[in-house]
Amino acid sequence: MASLLSVRDLKIEATAYPPGEPPKDITIVDGISFDVEKGKVLGLIGESGAGKSTIGLSALAYGRGGVRITGGEVRLNGEDLLKKGPRGIRQVRGAKVCYVAQSAAAAFNPAHKLGRQIVESAVSHGIMSKREAEDRARYLFKVLGLPDPDRFGQRYPHQVSGGQLQRAMTAMALCSNPELIVFDEPTTALDVTTQIDVLAAIKAAIEETGTAALYITHDLAVVAQISDHIMVLRHGKMVEYGPVEQIIEAPEEEYTRALVNVRRERKEEARDQEGAVLKIENVDAGYGEGAQVLFDVSMHLPRGQTLAVVGESGSGKSTTARVVTGLLPAKAGRVLFKGEALPAALKDRSRDQLRQIQMIYQIADTAMNPRHTVREIIGRPLTFYFGLRGRKKTDRIKQLLEQIEMGAGFIDRYPAELSGGQKQRVAIARALAAEPEVILCDEPTSALDPLVADGILNLLTRLQAETQVSYLFITHDIATVRAIADSIAVMHRGRVVRFGPKSQVLAPPFDDYTDLLLKSVPEMQVGWLENVLKTRRMESAGH
Amino acid sequence: MFKTMPVSAMIGLFGVCFYVFLAVFAPLIAPYGETEVVGGVWLTPTAQFWLGTDNLGRDLLSRLIYGARTTLFIAAVSTVVAFIIGILLGFLAAVMRGWVDQVLSRLNDLLMSIPTLIFALVVLSVLPSELYILILVMAVLEATRVYRVSRAVAADIAVMDYVEAAKLRGEGWGWIISREILPNAASPLLAEFGLRFAFAVLFLSALSFLGLGIQPPAADWGGMVKDNKDGIVFGIGAALFPGAAIATLAISVNLVVDWLLNRTSSLKGGRGDG
Repeated sequence: MASLLSVRDLKIEATAYPPGEPPKDITIVDGISFDVEKGKVLGLIGESGAGKSTIGLSALAYGRGGVRITGGEVRLNGEDLLKKGPRGIRQVRGAKVCYVAQSAAAAFNPAHKLGRQIVESAVSHGIMSKREAEDRARYLFKVLGLPDPDRFGQRYPHQVSGGQLQRAMTAMALCSNPELIVFDEPTTALDVTTQIDVLAAIKAAIEETGTAALYITHDLAVVAQISDHIMVLRHGKMVEYGPVEQIIEAPEEEYTRALVNVRRERKEEARDQEGAVLKIENVDAGYGEGAQVLFDVSMHLPRGQTLAVVGESGSGKSTTARVVTGLLPAKAGRVLFKGEALPAALKDRSRDQLRQIQMIYQIADTAMNPRHTVREIIGRPLTFYFGLRGRKKTDRIKQLLEQIEMGAGFIDRYPAELSGGQKQRVAIARALAAEPEVILCDEPTSALDPLVADGILNLLTRLQAETQVSYLFITHDIATVRAIADSIAVMHRGRVVRFGPKSQVLAPPFDDYTDLLLKSVPEMQVGWLENVLKTRRMESAGH
Repeated sequence: MFKTMPVSAMIGLFGVCFYVFLAVFAPLIAPYGETEVVGGVWLTPTAQFWLGTDNLGRDLLSRLIYGARTTLFIAAVSTVVAFIIGILLGFLAAVMRGWVDQVLSRLNDLLMSIPTLIFALVVLSVLPSELYILILVMAVLEATRVYRVSRAVAADIAVMDYVEAAKLRGEGWGWIISREILPNAASPLLAEFGLRFAFAVLFLSALSFLGLGIQPPAADWGGMVKDNKDGIVFGIGAALFPGAAIATLAISVNLVVDWLLNRTSSLKGGRGDG
């Protein structure tokens, strides 16, 4: 039987306009071939810039932002989409092939009700009448586990949660009964506890409707739950292509093995967790007059160790960091540094107190002034805190660059001339330059590709061993926590629900929230999702 | 930088350079003195007087060349002063927020709510007609616009993590404004500078036309239009030459600014929005 979607020797190019140079053509995707059978799911995986989204969109014969499909063929049911004219392609898009974007919040029109947007393409393509489409939408809401399926379509996009919106978008794609759906990182922007629900819903809907799918993600553990086949991509080329079991359990290529094994290393936790360089005592905090964000938060961080603060978005972990820095003065409670209470507000702290607590941000791009060179970025704390100038300063900058494994050659570069991982390393060097006791790390690896993130974590661990610096490490990623933490604080809705050494926090008996959080983290094994859902059902049946 | 320059920007740049050249070397280029009466009233262009003479029999070309000097000088100085005031206060408001921002912004609104020309007319007719007063009045009125733009640009930059990082380091306002914000705000403000300069030329000309700008007998383009406007009734085109000079300078500056705007907004690593 001929396959539903068959891509052969796909080549995609774009024109780059480097400043001050003549424009040049670059190849984004080169020589990609694959097949998707009816009702099967192919996972496309790779780091950013691997060309996975570009390939996904080519199934709709679409090139985003000046991207051109220059070679190969994309056959849907034997017909080459690339040879169709604009009118022919329009008949395919939204009817036979649908697209689910990463950010559902940006993809829905906030001015219209969800129901109207969901049935729109099915009705306008003349596949079904408005009434039929609405019936189908209600049926899909039920399959996708959305609350109150009969009235869900009456809501506006801002009236439902992020996870629900992502499912609504899946309903929109499924509504016109397409043969193929392209999922472009549908769960990447969601919290783990929400991600698992959306994943389960998508999987159920695909099975129920028999639709085929391309599933694009950078998370191998996620794609293992939902795909039948996996294609691993790197720099626009295919690395490995095979059934999901083979890729996960017996990867052949070096790169795939690295992806599968990412963050398997675990640090032994420190035995002695008495004494604290940083102690947060009964802190209440909030923004403005109204909303209180933190309720009675207490935790402590021993010297030379790592305290991981975990929780989903909105749990108050970043706010805790802001209280520690003094950017957001606490309403009650206090922050102790080496046994002494720090002034609550930033402006009341001495220069030496400021030096002792440094910060690393999630997005290194915005954390460094794009108009400063690496020399100025790292050099400023040296001058500011230690009065270093001239030769001495340059030597120290070079020394720091060696410490972050980059070398003196980078000293006169601008941030725009560095890769994502290098930028984060420079940010780490800037923090180290102040020779602090504590570094607050606000999700420093979550914007990075897994292998690059691994490098950063290893660097942080090594620097800790060398300098005895302590980290308050904010993250939502349990795998990272397992890798680097000595102690853990689990936060939920502004409260610390669990705090203690890693071995205790991650060992039963669990409280309800920690249990849910731990069970929601996708594991790199086939069938994990089914197992979790089965135990969930059994638990709820037992209640 | 100049290789990829579009033709329109070349023309603009040439125009600007041309007028600057005239202004700088006026005494060497001009065939006659600025206030020298050399012939009859409103003579038509001849080989001796290329553009003819004005309402008092002075050489129009010479006065146009000297006029470039005064017009460009006053417009440039007042724009620079306007930018110093506007950027300083605008950045301060964006960084300090709170009541500082409120007081500065509301005062600015108050000043902007009065039509500039009428405001300038009232102030200039009360104050003595000195050159520095004219420049200051123009600068303050221009500064209200600059304040708005620089506050908006700086407010965007002030919430970036690198500014927060500087605050956490303990840096003072001076460092944050001059080293963190200014370099990143420079390109949109540079484009705004060109635009404001063109407006300053027009504003000065308007003031001179109304008799409150440059005082006679000194030459300036707006004043020259005023002096010769009655000639138009008799079919004498003398007022058109200074008018054309104002128009071509304004267009030239705008062509260059357009190019700068395009260049800075598409430049990678500019303000991080590309």
